[in-house]
Amino acid sequence: MAASASALHLLPSSPAGFQPQQRRLRSNVRRQGGLTRRFSKVVSYYGLTTPPYKLDALEPYMSRRTVELHWGKHHQDYVDGLNKQLATSPLYGHTLEELIKEAYNNGNPLPEYNNAAQVWNHHFFWESMQPEGGGSPEGGVLQQIEKDFGSFTNFREEFIRSASQLLGSGWVWLVLKRTEKKLAVVHTRNAISPLAFGDIPIISLDLWEHAYYLDYKDDRRSYVTNFIDHLVSWHTVTLRMMRAESFVNLGEPTIPVA
Amino acid sequence: MALRTLASKKTLSLALGGGARPLAAAAAARGVATTVSLPDLPYDFGALEPAISGEIMRLHHQKHHATYVANYNKALEQLDAAVSKGDASAVVQLQGAIKFNGGGHVNHSIFWKNLKPISEGGGEPPHGKLGWAIDEHFGSFEALVKKMNAEGAALQGSGWVWLALDKEAKKLSVETTPNQDPLVTKGASFVPLLGIDVWEHAYYLQYKNVKPDYLNNIWKVMNWKYAGEVYENVHA
Repeated sequence: MAASASALHLLPSSPAGFQPQQRRLRSNVRRQGGLTRRFSKVVSYYGLTTPPYKLDALEPYMSRRTVELHWGKHHQDYVDGLNKQLATSPLYGHTLEELIKEAYNNGNPLPEYNNAAQVWNHHFFWESMQPEGGGSPEGGVLQQIEKDFGSFTNFREEFIRSASQLLGSGWVWLVLKRTEKKLAVVHTRNAISPLAFGDIPIISLDLWEHAYYLDYKDDRRSYVTNFIDHLVSWHTVTLRMMRAESFVNLGEPTIPVA
Repeated sequence: MALRTLASKKTLSLALGGGARPLAAAAAARGVATTVSLPDLPYDFGALEPAISGEIMRLHHQKHHATYVANYNKALEQLDAAVSKGDASAVVQLQGAIKFNGGGHVNHSIFWKNLKPISEGGGEPPHGKLGWAIDEHFGSFEALVKKMNAEGAALQGSGWVWLALDKEAKKLSVETTPNQDPLVTKGASFVPLLGIDVWEHAYYLQYKNVKPDYLNNIWKVMNWKYAGEVYENVHA
């Protein structure tokens, strides 16, 4: 990988342009296992996923203007920035989650980390919300929350408290901790996500100021309480928990006494 | 609006003027830092338009900076209680809040002085010693502006970009600090000449996600006179 990497730091790519380059050809051949690519260096790009609701569906708790800017500009910029970086980066070709782990580099993040993580974080964030969300979960999710927090009210307060303890830009998460096999609320700075620690994210809340400033100005607390009371999608949480249970054994199997 | 100097410098000294609160007086007697207060803006909220909107200035000063002041004072009270109880882990626990809110107060107090309405000389490039020093260290005034804008744009998350003077090495440099860390966290001998707040709250209502536009425009209201005075004081 190192040999091909050095060959990459040449001219910037021009996706629409025709640039037959012998040296790049060789590196691309190695990458694509023999297929020749003559014209564009970057074959595939990460794309901007679409929130599963209309731009104004989250009103009045999150305005159409905010979703428009947050998704259409910020999230889009992270995607574009990442693709631009990957044109000349040895990290090309991973799945997004793999890329995040690679670029996190055990706490010494590479330049691609911020863009990659923010692309993932924002996609996860849009899906964490739904119109007419909030309220409280049911069934297995509620049981697990009551088991790990004592009550749903405790969880809600813990979530709000964690948000107030985050100083600066960052995210608040409900995660399923892999080793402890418990749900927990954590907050992370800037673009860091629990993926870096090997935990499974279940809910995320964007606490960068761009996420709430147009709607709430400096009143961060109202934004957080509106999120948890009116926006969070417990349907999505249920799906995520179901998937997480494929990786984490949450209960003890009951072994019948013979 | 009356120009009041940083109350913190006065209140941190043991010689408190009249009207000191009992707690503050007691704390001062013990040598622990006392309370700070929100400094007045040396200009009206709308005076920096069109570079920075009045709405932003009002929120930034009356809400954000005021919150840092209030939370810093609260943290100091709690620190005082923890120190007198000898509760070392509580003291350590409070450091985050003190750094964040105290830093926020320090940084914003400098920031208001860094800005000046265009009608009062804001935006006028530096002359004299500071002007020459900038040419020496960065090549040209334009090069410095370009560097600070680049660093500000590249800063991930929230933070500040500074024109710093290393008073020992007598050198200028461009530094960035994350969140509300004051410039001294980069080096004890650093003196801030100019700081630009690149937290989103500093520009979002007006410039939305286009941080580079904010950075380009803030130079129109930059108070180089203040920077020059700080520079000359250090070299006096």
